[in-house]
Amino acid sequence: MAQIVVDNLVKTYRVAERTPGLWGALRGVARRTHRTVRALDGVSFSIDRGELVGYIGPNGAGKSTTVKALSGILVPDGGRCEVAGRVPWRDRIAHVAEIGVVFGQRTQLWWDLPVIESFDLLREIYRVPGDRYRQARDQMIELLDLGALLDVPVRQLSLGQRMRADLAAALLHGPAILFLDEPTIGLDAVSKLAVRDFIKQINRDRGVTVILTTHDMDDIEALCTRVMVIAGGKILSDGTLVALRAQVTRERWLTVDLVDAGAAIDEPGATEIRRDGHRVCLAFDPEVVPPAALIQRLAGRHAIRDLFVENPPIEAIVARLYASHGQAP
Amino acid sequence: MIRAGGLRPYRAIVGARFRVLLQYRAAALAGLWTQVVFGLVLIMVYEAFYRSSSPATQPIAFAQVASYVWFGQALFAMLPWSADAEVRAMVRSGAVAYELCRPVDLYGLWYARAVAQRSAPTLLRAVPMALIAALVLPRVGLGEWRLAPPPSLACAAGAAVALLGAFVLSCALSTLNNVSLLWTLGGEGVVLLMTTVVTLLSGLAVPLPLLPGWAQPVLAWLPFAGLFDLPFRVYAGHLAPGQLASVLVRQTGWTLALIALGRWLLGRGLRRLVVQGG
Repeated sequence: MAQIVVDNLVKTYRVAERTPGLWGALRGVARRTHRTVRALDGVSFSIDRGELVGYIGPNGAGKSTTVKALSGILVPDGGRCEVAGRVPWRDRIAHVAEIGVVFGQRTQLWWDLPVIESFDLLREIYRVPGDRYRQARDQMIELLDLGALLDVPVRQLSLGQRMRADLAAALLHGPAILFLDEPTIGLDAVSKLAVRDFIKQINRDRGVTVILTTHDMDDIEALCTRVMVIAGGKILSDGTLVALRAQVTRERWLTVDLVDAGAAIDEPGATEIRRDGHRVCLAFDPEVVPPAALIQRLAGRHAIRDLFVENPPIEAIVARLYASHGQAP
Repeated sequence: MIRAGGLRPYRAIVGARFRVLLQYRAAALAGLWTQVVFGLVLIMVYEAFYRSSSPATQPIAFAQVASYVWFGQALFAMLPWSADAEVRAMVRSGAVAYELCRPVDLYGLWYARAVAQRSAPTLLRAVPMALIAALVLPRVGLGEWRLAPPPSLACAAGAAVALLGAFVLSCALSTLNNVSLLWTLGGEGVVLLMTTVVTLLSGLAVPLPLLPGWAQPVLAWLPFAGLFDLPFRVYAGHLAPGQLASVLVRQTGWTLALIALGRWLLGRGLRRLVVQGG
């Protein structure tokens, strides 16, 4: 049975609109005009226990709103939402006791307290029994390599260190579901890898269901078996990465290193999308032009040093998907 | 619903905040100094005022005014004249979302914050302030300006109980300040208003007995008199120890009413809350 069920969820915000300039500001005092924004416009999906789902979309697409509704912080205007059989905002206290949440841009640790005291405080707040707490804490400290940071006040941690401590904090009470809202935002490469490894590990070894919003497609490719794309408050795509690609385009890219940098390429069924010195990148549809035939024809006409075929990067796929629905990436 | 699992989380929050606030020793010292100066200035004004009028027509004697001023200055940090800087920062940054992700009653959590916010700085300031006003002033030739000791042990004990009542009342008002931050994003409007209201109506700026006679019934009815005017009257023996019960009833009644109001407002505030930042 699905652990998370979201059915036709709707949330609208009223945003005060201001005409620019002094006159606009003055007019705003007397009369406010409001614009309604549909942050969620009939969002539906369901997620099973132990899934690791990536949730992507342009800024303002409704990702965070969904996560907030799922974590019980926000009351939607319509639709149904159940997590482990509970309506999050109606049963808030019971619900939040069983989920972990990380908002990447904010910390849930106490700014002035050393990391370990924040952990102890969370233990009290979640009423975790002593032995279970010590076990979970020691495990987190080991997995996230926090040993050296425990006595450091949170405000002195680097962003990467803080994120590792925040991840530990979200899991001390042993939640079955983890919501991660942009957990890799602003992190350096090493920290990103550490965070990804950790997410993968707790999902695989402990069966924690993870829902991850991100703008970093490497996160998605490294972690997620399933990816949901939202834009303008609507789910545009929901499935595996392979299915997402197939939905948007069949296109492949052929990159060729020519001996003669100036050679003009004019192949039917292939369009030149980039040229950088000797290197030319062609896009083609493998169903129309079989790759073997294309390579053969090219090799017959030009002296070629090297070549390779690849899928367009997932960024390009997603950008195209956003664009096709009138959303700037 | 609320008390499920006991008070452990709330106690832990009070303890943690308390320890952090105790670290602000420099702020306490600066505050202490400001309040000594402020108290002295106020007393000078009242001395001039009493000298230029006939003291017999005044509702309270000058020495009592001096005691009243010091009592107020000593308890300054306990009064609900400000909002919690941490709550303000949380509402602004959107980190308030995390507060909602805790399996605890949010009003209880914020009340616990207020308990720490009002107790830690008071402990740091009230005792040295009282010592300066009661012991140091007489030694430097300002005996008339001192904080007079309570007339009896019963008065002292009664004042301690009344101060406890004042403390829970002040925490309820402080929590109300913090809840108001959910509406006014800047966190200034309502709290600024509260600062003025509290300073004036509690007796901090002008001792309540010196305010006009027609205002007295209203002042006595409002919750603010319970913050330190009533405890002072118990301390100074204006109210007989037997009247302590009525003071406590008024403080507790207001505390319960303000808690109910705070809970209701918090519920409404959260429903309309759009957590900042996407």
